[in-house]
Amino acid sequence: MDTLLYLTRRIAQALVVILIVTVVVFGLLHALPGGPARGILGPQATQQQITLFNHDQGLDRPLPVQYLYYLRQLLHGDLGTSYTLNEAVSRLIEQRLPKTLVLTVLSAVLGLLLAIPLGMWQAVRRNKPADYVITTLSFVAYSTPVYFLGLVLVLVFTQVLRWFPSQAPQGDTVAQVFADPVALVLPVVTGAASMVAVFSRYMRASTLENLSEDYVRTARAGGSRPGAILWRHVFRNSLTPVIAMLGYYVPVLFGGALVVEQLFNYPGMGLLFWSAAQSSDYPVLLGCVLVISVATVVGTLLADVVQRIVDPRVKAGRT
Amino acid sequence: MSVQSASRWGLVAQFPAPLIARFARNKLAVAGITVVVLFFLFCFVGPLLYSTDQIHTDLTQVNLRPSGAHWLGTDAVGHDELGRLMYGGKVSLLVGLAAGVLATVIGTLWGSIAGYAGGWVDAVMMRVVDAGIAIPALFILLVVSAITTPGVPGLIVILGVVSWLVPSRLVRAETLTLKSRDYVLTLRAIGGSHSRAITRHILPNSVSTIVVAATFQVADAILLVAYVSYLGLGVQPPSTDWGGMLSAGLTAAYSGRWWLIVPPGLAIILVVCAFNAIGDGLRDAFDVRGRG
Repeated sequence: MDTLLYLTRRIAQALVVILIVTVVVFGLLHALPGGPARGILGPQATQQQITLFNHDQGLDRPLPVQYLYYLRQLLHGDLGTSYTLNEAVSRLIEQRLPKTLVLTVLSAVLGLLLAIPLGMWQAVRRNKPADYVITTLSFVAYSTPVYFLGLVLVLVFTQVLRWFPSQAPQGDTVAQVFADPVALVLPVVTGAASMVAVFSRYMRASTLENLSEDYVRTARAGGSRPGAILWRHVFRNSLTPVIAMLGYYVPVLFGGALVVEQLFNYPGMGLLFWSAAQSSDYPVLLGCVLVISVATVVGTLLADVVQRIVDPRVKAGRT
Repeated sequence: MSVQSASRWGLVAQFPAPLIARFARNKLAVAGITVVVLFFLFCFVGPLLYSTDQIHTDLTQVNLRPSGAHWLGTDAVGHDELGRLMYGGKVSLLVGLAAGVLATVIGTLWGSIAGYAGGWVDAVMMRVVDAGIAIPALFILLVVSAITTPGVPGLIVILGVVSWLVPSRLVRAETLTLKSRDYVLTLRAIGGSHSRAITRHILPNSVSTIVVAATFQVADAILLVAYVSYLGLGVQPPSTDWGGMLSAGLTAAYSGRWWLIVPPGLAIILVVCAFNAIGDGLRDAFDVRGRG
């Protein structure tokens, strides 16, 4: 019952946050100089044309009315129409999002597969040279712009060593993307690097915290081997908060995808967003922002809920 | 600020000698300060010693390798790369510092008011923060830059306005613990105003949290502005910053012109690392909870 109440409250909170996001997005749309009319009709449009357009589109009505209209359209899945690509924004995102998900999920999986053992190893060898070296490296990786890392990888692996192509797979469908796995290597590695830096730090901290818990001392006193304690108890308990962090990490993943897609010319949502920014295609820009924001809210919600369900200590308010 | 007024603001009590000693013992943090100072000298004093033309293009001197005449070579329009590193660094450092400070100021005001007010005001204000955090800063920054094509002051304002959220959460948490302290309650009991409680007690006592947050904020702002410039929506030519210098990086990488990529990239990494190291050092010296 307690959990149900928590869930209801948490979901209501998330809905309020999404509502505020729509207000911000709507506000941005209407803060444009000249408004959407300028964007569609171009800078040469006469005042008369603009007035006519605004009247046709209902843009001369009071803002609250327009906002409600905008909300109603959103609820019908209508994100508007792209100025430059002449297609529904929802359709564009529908086409591009799966490809971005392929990229981000692969990067996240690779990142976690490296970060988790690395963080645990650091925790076990705390304050030894290896720990310092990895901590320093992740410190540097954390401060490295994703595109700089990508540029260096392109320079080294496509120009000097010539191991990988510099373009990501260009296919239209997810299947076509997977048909060219070699071309996926550099984009995925670039996306994974900052994840390794951040998540190995979390894993190190989380493992250290668990290693100092009473149950570890008890197990050790009971004669369990250190390796068994580490893998059977500490590993599982340390992993929960780290996995939950993934939920909070959604916006960073999308931000990384934006840069990686632009760098390797990978036709996902990030590249769609970037080209929309170059051509001031507002409906596409704001549609993408809205989708990513909702994904972030849902990610955060899931992270909170998962942590609460998996780790009873969170419920008790201990962590 | 005179010593007397400084002590009235609680600043002297906040920066005792042991604190400085503790900070100075942190080698990484001291290295961070050194790097930041060196970069400021490099960008602001450097051009006096190594003078280059960064306004006009020189098409007879394009894409030259590093040599005695051009220590770091030249770029695709004939600018000396070392001189450009100084010229772009000014913008990166100034925008980063100003935006970091602005974000911290906004966040501090928002967080302290929300935490102090409590109740539904707090709930509403913090939902706004949640919403802001849900909209990835890079995306909102690109939308606004695409719409307004900002100059340097515009960039500072936009960066500040999109990145005040984390400091506001930290300051709110601090305010929640401070507002029920005896001295705040006493002030209220003898008729002191809310704004007095916030400006005289809560903010001065949160100084350590705020300073640490500001340091990390500057590091983030330098990175963020580099991203925006890299994506072609930051400061416009002939002005540039380190991120902007990398916006032609892909062409440079394809033609193997490493000297156009590596120096600005390393400059960003070094400065961001330095500010993060200073932040870590300050956090440990103050013994406050910051990020990570």
